[in-house]
Amino acid sequence: MSRTVADLQPGESGIVEKHNVKGTLGKRLREMGFVNGTPITLERKAPLGYPVEVRIQGFSLALRKEEAESINLE
Amino acid sequence: MEKLKFLLAGNPNVGKSTVFNHLTGMKQHVGNWPGKTVEQKSGSFTFENYEIEMIDLPGNYSLSPYSVEEIVSRDAILEEENDAVINIIDAENIQRNLYLTLQILETGANTVIALNMLNYAEESGFKIDVKKLEETLGVPVVVVDAREGDGIDELIKRTIETTKNPQNVSDRISYGSELDDHLSQMKGMFPNVKIGTAPESWINMKILEGDDEVLDVVENSSDKQKLKDVTQTRRHLEGILNDQVDNAFIDSRYSTIEGIMKEAVKKPKGTKETFTDKVDKIFLNRILGLPIFAIIVYLIFQITFIIGTPWQDLIDAGFTMLIDYLTPMLGEGPLASFVLNGVIGGVGSILTFIPIIFILFFLLSFVEDCGYLARAAFVIDRFMNKVMGLSGKSFIPMILGFGCDIPGVMATRTLANESDRIATMLAVPFISCSARIPIYALFTAVFFKNNQAEITTALYLLGMIVAILVAWTLKHTTFKDEPAPFIMELPPYRMPTLKSALLHMWERGYLFIKKAGTIILGTSILVWLLSNLPIGVEEGSAESVIGVIGSVIAPIFSPLGFGFWQAAVALVFGIMAKEIVVSTFGTLFGVGEDGLDAVLPTLFTPLSSLSFMVFTLLYVPCFACLGAIKEEANSWKWMMACVVICCVVAYICSLIVFQGGLLLGFK
Repeated sequence: MSRTVADLQPGESGIVEKHNVKGTLGKRLREMGFVNGTPITLERKAPLGYPVEVRIQGFSLALRKEEAESINLE
Repeated sequence: MEKLKFLLAGNPNVGKSTVFNHLTGMKQHVGNWPGKTVEQKSGSFTFENYEIEMIDLPGNYSLSPYSVEEIVSRDAILEEENDAVINIIDAENIQRNLYLTLQILETGANTVIALNMLNYAEESGFKIDVKKLEETLGVPVVVVDAREGDGIDELIKRTIETTKNPQNVSDRISYGSELDDHLSQMKGMFPNVKIGTAPESWINMKILEGDDEVLDVVENSSDKQKLKDVTQTRRHLEGILNDQVDNAFIDSRYSTIEGIMKEAVKKPKGTKETFTDKVDKIFLNRILGLPIFAIIVYLIFQITFIIGTPWQDLIDAGFTMLIDYLTPMLGEGPLASFVLNGVIGGVGSILTFIPIIFILFFLLSFVEDCGYLARAAFVIDRFMNKVMGLSGKSFIPMILGFGCDIPGVMATRTLANESDRIATMLAVPFISCSARIPIYALFTAVFFKNNQAEITTALYLLGMIVAILVAWTLKHTTFKDEPAPFIMELPPYRMPTLKSALLHMWERGYLFIKKAGTIILGTSILVWLLSNLPIGVEEGSAESVIGVIGSVIAPIFSPLGFGFWQAAVALVFGIMAKEIVVSTFGTLFGVGEDGLDAVLPTLFTPLSSLSFMVFTLLYVPCFACLGAIKEEANSWKWMMACVVICCVVAYICSLIVFQGGLLLGFK
């Protein structure tokens, strides 16, 4: 089992290896900059645990559990 | 005067509408893209001796045809006659913004870049060499400050200059040798495929990517048979790349961007804590996040209705005064009644909604522009997603429904996803709005003296449960196949401009008067006609058309416990506005509203009154709300769906209450 964005603790960073999100959502994630080798930081978790806020390519995005779990880190 | 047409493109939250508002001001037209539920904003202005029409495209992260908004933007760039595309980019987010820029350049459109918020970017340590950026991209780059309006004249001037000698830089973009080789092999393969102004290189790339929209066009052209070759090439490439071809193109665009960044942009070293970070530490705090969210939602609700309601009452009183004033002049008779009750009454009921709609949209646009709306959705998303299958953004429309369903329906504008928008819109009418309170107050006072609060609370809860079930069902049936991508940007906090909030407020209020207003006025007149025909009949009596209709449909309500014609007529009138149910009873029994206490127990039992309250809670929302749904969904279909769902749900729930109650031995 490789590490995913969901395993990051608030404040922790990683490097995107690949994501296995299928279909439209996967392509969209890629178009938003989730490409190989991109640094990603987990800024915080929402009060209810999810979504999480990540910082990638200089901007902040909210990701739900399923998406966060399917983005693998190096 | 020479005419020009510019398209305005860019990511969400880059100041696109600020530029658009700055240029076009009040000369805006809001409509829908032909056949789409996507809003189209256009406007015009004069600059030197040019008359310029401007179309504001939806805010997009890309031009890949994954959402209606993206398809609309792409089609506009390729197929709408235009002289230039102005692409606004946020300097602080330049890397991601350039992705859309590259896709626009690929279409061969004559493009000008407006670099916005450079001051913010420089503050956080970016150094952007604008000259270098122009060289690498091959198109003009103009620095603007959309908030202050700086640089916008220069932007328009430069854009006009480019129209003299339009540039197509699509052939400058490289995708790495592997992809480039295959693209050049495709040259001349599809001479009969034409898509608007798209260059051949763009069409070939889309065919190679396997873009559904473009493949459809090829399928219908005489070059159809060559698709097989491309499919083979695509397989071959996928073998080499170990990835899908369109993904490879995405990656190669990002490496091109990497190159541009190296040339022209110096990124800040390390990360400084920004203002946004500081605010979010509190506003999105794991403990404080939800209470702050609750306070802000409460404030939006309270300000809207506390400030709005007195104005609403004032307008209402104004119309009553107007009617009282005009009555002696017009005298009695059908014409007077038509003018006073049909037309003026109808117009009055439209205008009473204006204050709350204006205030609500002022506040909403403020909360959205400053950046909190996305955070509100972030905080409550898990709950909304688990319970209703919707996103966090549906929460505010639902809450507003407690005040009035119309602003609730209109607030669904803030939802990015069409299926979420429609599911929320159809769920909101079940939320018990304030217009239903007089009905509860009347019936509970007569039949449930000791449990008024409990019964009213139960009705509110029932409305919420039904709304949740309806949204959940829609999301798991009708909209099941639609992917609901939830990748929401949390934009930096920005000071919103008063101008944009005011424009937004005016635009929405005006649209409501214009669009929903016609439906409301039309139906008011129709109901007036029904209750006053045949000529000479007493208004709304058993002999009038509406009375006859009431008598005919009354038996339908027998299983619900209120199968008499007065109830049926009151329900029909109630569609105009729910509170009218009470005054209708007053008129029908000739006792006025004050004498109802004595009359109602002769027709209703406590159980049938409860069943009646459940029915009025859940059945068809008022015409104004239906008008808002028609206008927001841009479709009669969804408005009719709302009517049908409401009637069916109301009937079933009332049936369960009444028959179940009888079985349990209640009366």
